[in-house]
Amino acid sequence: MQVKRETVYNEIFRISASQTNQPEWLKELRTEALSFFSEVGFPSVEDEEWKYTNVAPIARETFQYDFKVESKISEETISKFVLEEAKKSFLVFLNGRFRPEFSNAQSLADVKIASFTQAFNDPDLQKTLQQKLGSLVDYRKNGFTALNTAFIEEGLFLFIPRDKIIESPIQLVFLTENEKIAFPRCLIVMEEGSEATLIESYNRNQEGKYFTNAVIEISIANEAKLKHYRVQRESHNSFHVTTTCAEVQCGSVYDSTNITLGAKLSRHDVIAIFKAEGGQAFVDGLYLVSGEQHSDTHSVIDHVFPNCLSRQNYKGIVDGKARAVFNGKIFVRENAHGTDAQQSNKNLLLSNEARVDTKPQLEIFNDDVRCSHGATVGQLEEEEIFYLMSRGLHHSLAENLLTYGFAEEIVNKIEVDSLKSQLDEALLNRLKAKL
Amino acid sequence: MAKGIEILTKREYKYGFVTPIETETIPKGLNEDTIRLISKKKDEPEWMLEFRLKAYRHWLKMKEPKWGNFKYPKIDFQDITYYAAPKSKPKYNSLEEVDPEILRTFEKLGIPLSEQKMLANVAVDAVFDSVSVATTFKEKLKKIGVIFMPISEAIREYPELVRQYLGSVVPINDNFYAALNSAVFSDGSFVYVPKGVRCPMELSTYFRINTQESGQFERTLIIAEEGSYVAYNEGCTAPQFDTNQLHAAVVELIALDNAEIKYSTVQNWYAGDENGVGGIYNFVTKRGACRGKNSKISWTQVETGSAITWKYPSVILQGEGSIGEFYSVALTNHAQIADTGTKMIHIGKNTKSTIVSKGISAGRANNTYRGLVKVLPKAENARNYTQCDSLLIGDKCKANTFPYIEVMNNTAKVEHEATTSRISEEQLFYLQQRGISQEDAVSLIINGFCKEVFRELPMEYAVEAQKLLGLKLEGTVG
Repeated sequence: MQVKRETVYNEIFRISASQTNQPEWLKELRTEALSFFSEVGFPSVEDEEWKYTNVAPIARETFQYDFKVESKISEETISKFVLEEAKKSFLVFLNGRFRPEFSNAQSLADVKIASFTQAFNDPDLQKTLQQKLGSLVDYRKNGFTALNTAFIEEGLFLFIPRDKIIESPIQLVFLTENEKIAFPRCLIVMEEGSEATLIESYNRNQEGKYFTNAVIEISIANEAKLKHYRVQRESHNSFHVTTTCAEVQCGSVYDSTNITLGAKLSRHDVIAIFKAEGGQAFVDGLYLVSGEQHSDTHSVIDHVFPNCLSRQNYKGIVDGKARAVFNGKIFVRENAHGTDAQQSNKNLLLSNEARVDTKPQLEIFNDDVRCSHGATVGQLEEEEIFYLMSRGLHHSLAENLLTYGFAEEIVNKIEVDSLKSQLDEALLNRLKAKL
Repeated sequence: MAKGIEILTKREYKYGFVTPIETETIPKGLNEDTIRLISKKKDEPEWMLEFRLKAYRHWLKMKEPKWGNFKYPKIDFQDITYYAAPKSKPKYNSLEEVDPEILRTFEKLGIPLSEQKMLANVAVDAVFDSVSVATTFKEKLKKIGVIFMPISEAIREYPELVRQYLGSVVPINDNFYAALNSAVFSDGSFVYVPKGVRCPMELSTYFRINTQESGQFERTLIIAEEGSYVAYNEGCTAPQFDTNQLHAAVVELIALDNAEIKYSTVQNWYAGDENGVGGIYNFVTKRGACRGKNSKISWTQVETGSAITWKYPSVILQGEGSIGEFYSVALTNHAQIADTGTKMIHIGKNTKSTIVSKGISAGRANNTYRGLVKVLPKAENARNYTQCDSLLIGDKCKANTFPYIEVMNNTAKVEHEATTSRISEEQLFYLQQRGISQEDAVSLIINGFCKEVFRELPMEYAVEAQKLLGLKLEGTVG
């Protein structure tokens, strides 16, 4: 494996780095990240953070990297994945690269949208980009963040100026071709008082094996509000690793809903850090896996400053031989008095070969707090099924209805109608397939 | 309280005295010769020495675990005395032969050893440094077939029993400290309750470390045969030294069909002074195996002492319908550290476990609950309920909760709940306006917080534990 890492990733890095005319600071960052990756490699199950997720299948595999911006995709294909509400506000990533030419930002006139290359040539944007890129997700977090950082090429910089309220949901459409490795990178900066809705959708265009390794950094200034929907529906043969980090300032709100349906092996690290007093973060999610899927969610809510509020509500439905992992951490730092943090993780095991490992954690350094967490693992209540059957429902229909109801709490949070109905449909289809 | 959280005078650790008796110690350090010497001093059979040496050879290959949520100075295992015993007769036949100084020590600790003075219904095994000095009510228990004696004696008198079960729950290479214990263990209790016998009195062991540079490596083995019941309590104290001492015990419990073992601990080893100087490192492996159908093992612990407590009394729920329970209060003050919790391993069908953990953290202390609930694929209808609450007093202390839940069977039902908060101003205000002093109000609230655990303790222990919490927290709320 060592040999493979050295030869494959070092080699593609060498070619990729030689072609670019990025600014020096970025070249340095990329080089540092690569050497860090060469040093640590992919995480192993010995590492507490990766105890339940073995990434050897990713490490074993060799993928192809798009050195040039050549890949094409038809408008028709893209339109399959664009939501009704985002027809004039979607941004396309193909094999990890932001492709403005395939995107449509007509209703996003108030937003500054730039590929990293475009941003380097804009003095205002360049400054912010240099300041923020890599400041929220440290490449030293693990091998995946290091690898993503080493391959920062055509990322997306989204800048929402002060007090702008963006009505149209901004949809990021991620598509990756078979056999490819993709390193999408996004930086989203929201200025004071702005508001937006972001839909991050990873889609299944091809059914094969590919690997998406994304890093999304979000900075939300005072009084700004972001609704963030993340929907991962990649091919069931693919691998998916994403790290999302949002910094929340005074009075700002980060409200995220994370839906995991796809990929053979997926991992999502979601981090919310309170960088000032009085912020709010809602980090909710639903993972629905079956077959031989493996889904891992790691959340960290870091209460660094006083009087912030956080809520987490993660639900899981695990069927077949699938395995789900949830690890939720709440930190309350020494000065963070008045913290109000709650976390809940509920899991439904639908088959006797499914497996759930959950690890909710609290680390509290202050006494003036209200923190709680809860976790459950179980199956549907016999009594509830019996009740529905007594009303004339078939046993499996009763089960499906209850399972649907279990998941619905999370899906209902979504305020973009077409996305919500898409997910409803996906959920129902998944359940119908069981009948 | 909001502004005035300050640490006032600290109540002295009242068990911090040293008993001035002559002790026989062996030179510091650990090697195969030390082990042979310990084994010889205890007049052990050959197989026991083999057991120890095997453990020692495993230990040599093992690394000190580092995963605890705390840091401590490296322990020099060559700088510990592995055997210390009061100098006099190697074996006491009756209380008259025991050094009166030792008897006075136990009396001072509130454990009178002469049977007339004792609480009528508790049999006590008193362990002083590396040896057991007295076991009360031995004869009375023997009549109904209950064996209660120091393990060193049991090795000589009931070698088959000991040999069959020793190391069967905690294998000699289980972990670093268990391996060390298996190599050098000094004394501890052995309990055997025969088929169908309900032990008529509570058994109790009192551990006392007296020598400064010695470590205590106690070993306890409790076997409950089919349909039997036994309640076992342990208590511990140590003198106040400014060096750290290691206490690495191993406790093994075995419950066969329909048997029940109830194990209670009130741990009050010396915790070090308020700056964290001195105190005991309490690194203990405690594990019970519910081997039989419908067997039950219940751990209750009140952890108030030790500089560092690092232990996870666990239950392996092998037998169908077996039950595991864990009730814990862990109190840390000043610079104390506690990383404690439990493991419930569900293997058999219809197994149940309950975990109730209450952590109280004051001063600059660090209190961690770490637990594992594992449901294996064959454990149909396993059920677990976990509740762990933390109470913080002051803004310099830490409370952590790290539960691990691993479920491999869909008929399992596992619930985990945890909360962290401080004593609410309203509760305090309410009590104070009823004329209860602030100090008493805090103590009342804390005792209420711990009630679910205290009610599992034998009465005398519960009273002691309540008093202990009050003393430990004295002055933390100003």
